[in-house]
Amino acid sequence: MHAFGQILRTEAKLYLRDIPTLMLTVALPTLILVVLGLIPSLREPSPEFGNQSFVTYFTPSLLVVTLAMVGINALPTVLATYRERGILRRLATTPASPLALLTAQLVLALVGILASAVLLAVIARLAFGTPLPQHPLGFAVALVLGTAALLAVGLLVAAVAPTAKAAQALAVPLFMVTMFFGGVYLPRFLLPDFLADIGAYTPPGVQALLDAWTGTAPHPLHLGIMAVIAVAAGAAAARLFRWE
Amino acid sequence: MPVIEVTSLHKRYGETVAVADVSFDVEAGEIFGVLGPNGAGKTTTVECVAGLRVPDGGGVSVLGLDPRRDATRLRQLVGVQLQESQLPDRLRVAEALELYASFYREPADPTQLIGELGLDEKRNTPYEKLSGGQKQRLSIALALVGNPRIAILDELTTGLDPQARRDTWGLIERVRDRGVTILLVTHFMEEAERLCDRLAVIDKGRVVALDTPAGLVSAVAPEQRVRFRPSTPLDDRLLTGLPQVTAVTRSGGQIVVTGTGDVLHAVTSVLARHQITAAELRLEQATLDDAFVELTGRRFVD
Ligand SMILES: Nc1ncnc2c1ncn2[C@@H]1O[C@H](COP(=O)(O)OP(=O)(O)O)[C@@H](O)[C@H]1O
Ligand SMILES: [Mg+2]
Repeated sequence: MHAFGQILRTEAKLYLRDIPTLMLTVALPTLILVVLGLIPSLREPSPEFGNQSFVTYFTPSLLVVTLAMVGINALPTVLATYRERGILRRLATTPASPLALLTAQLVLALVGILASAVLLAVIARLAFGTPLPQHPLGFAVALVLGTAALLAVGLLVAAVAPTAKAAQALAVPLFMVTMFFGGVYLPRFLLPDFLADIGAYTPPGVQALLDAWTGTAPHPLHLGIMAVIAVAAGAAAARLFRWE
Repeated sequence: MPVIEVTSLHKRYGETVAVADVSFDVEAGEIFGVLGPNGAGKTTTVECVAGLRVPDGGGVSVLGLDPRRDATRLRQLVGVQLQESQLPDRLRVAEALELYASFYREPADPTQLIGELGLDEKRNTPYEKLSGGQKQRLSIALALVGNPRIAILDELTTGLDPQARRDTWGLIERVRDRGVTILLVTHFMEEAERLCDRLAVIDKGRVVALDTPAGLVSAVAPEQRVRFRPSTPLDDRLLTGLPQVTAVTRSGGQIVVTGTGDVLHAVTSVLARHQITAAELRLEQATLDDAFVELTGRRFVD
């Protein structure tokens, strides 16, 4: 337990020292929100968005940025780097379990996501009057399951990528797909219906986040799919994971 | 009783036989070397001892325990420095040691260890800013921070400049003096000769010799040659009468004395007694390099 605490503390310090990653994971969605919010027309309510402003409508999609950055980019890259540099292998020669390092990385990913989500919701509320998530329980469940699904996919990438370069090569297309279906590149109302529908079922499940934010209970099927992806990808990652 | 016993170890990677047949015992408190050219199977051998790899045949016992089955107990007792293992770039020296210290039941004091390894001024320096020698010293420190009874060190001076290499040797001797048994992998003859109490020479996955460095050398090339130019003419019989001397020849104005044992001392004593000084005095001795050529029929290539 002492060892796990020390590993967590050390990994947290390393995370905080890596300013670019910290910015990309925690601050980027809020920065995008602020930049968009500076454009007056995007702050006007519009019938197209159910009488909300575009900024409000777009906020859940910005959450996808964080989730994809942490789950698909940062986590696999860190773990693949650790494997490539023999850090996991060396740890395996000590009484500490490399599993403790993996757990610490997951804890930090969750903390990063949570910090980013809170920052985004608070700034959206204070600066642009975007209401906080209206269905808090549904939102929490959707966020947890969506996060779990994305982290599991990230672990799968980390499990099969022998080097940091390989991890990034795998992560980039996954990242683009996640961002696209999450409605980050093109707002989802511009996507054809069937593409927007697909986004409901690709991690992290932006439709469930959107529904919960605007006050509707998320669709159980949307949540269920995220749970299935989380378990399936997580199990595959556990089977395929190599310490060296 | 040996602290490490390796018996008929065999290990393959697919079709490649990395270790064909390796056996040796390491006694408590010694520096035992595993010497051989690149690809000989040294790393594979010690990684089996460290429990990182599963042998395909033969047995390994460390402190009477099985490296795989008793891994949990052995990890408290064996410190390992792997070839080619690094740390995160932004991790600082003191943090690395405190982290590794937290893994062990009875760790050494990180601060004291940092001092002993001459890293005091670098305690807050990130890993990426350390020189090669400093990284290597930190890596040794991490292998020692658990107060192990055995330290396994793989190629610890590869890539270091000669000064850093010599400093590291001094450090290893001090560690041994604290009672730690050291299993040292190297492909440097000079390092093996200087540091090891005994060593196993490995070639193509087999032990070709196992002895002290001096024993290895004298087994293959027991003779030494002393050359000098005497200050006054000298009767050969003064030298041929010595028990250590086997032959005396002359080439030019030089005398070449061939012999065994402490022939140099015997010759210089005789000369001193007759008030003859020896100019251009040279001792020609076989080295571990010569021994390796003799044992394997090849020059030792890095
Ligand atoms: N993980 C591995 N997979 C396949 N072959 C390996 C692996 N590790 C080592 N080898 C091969 O096994 C042989 C012995 O390697 P190694 O034990 O690293 O030798 P040394 O440490 O003496 O240089 C070499 O031919 C090497 O290419
Ligand atoms: Mg090696």
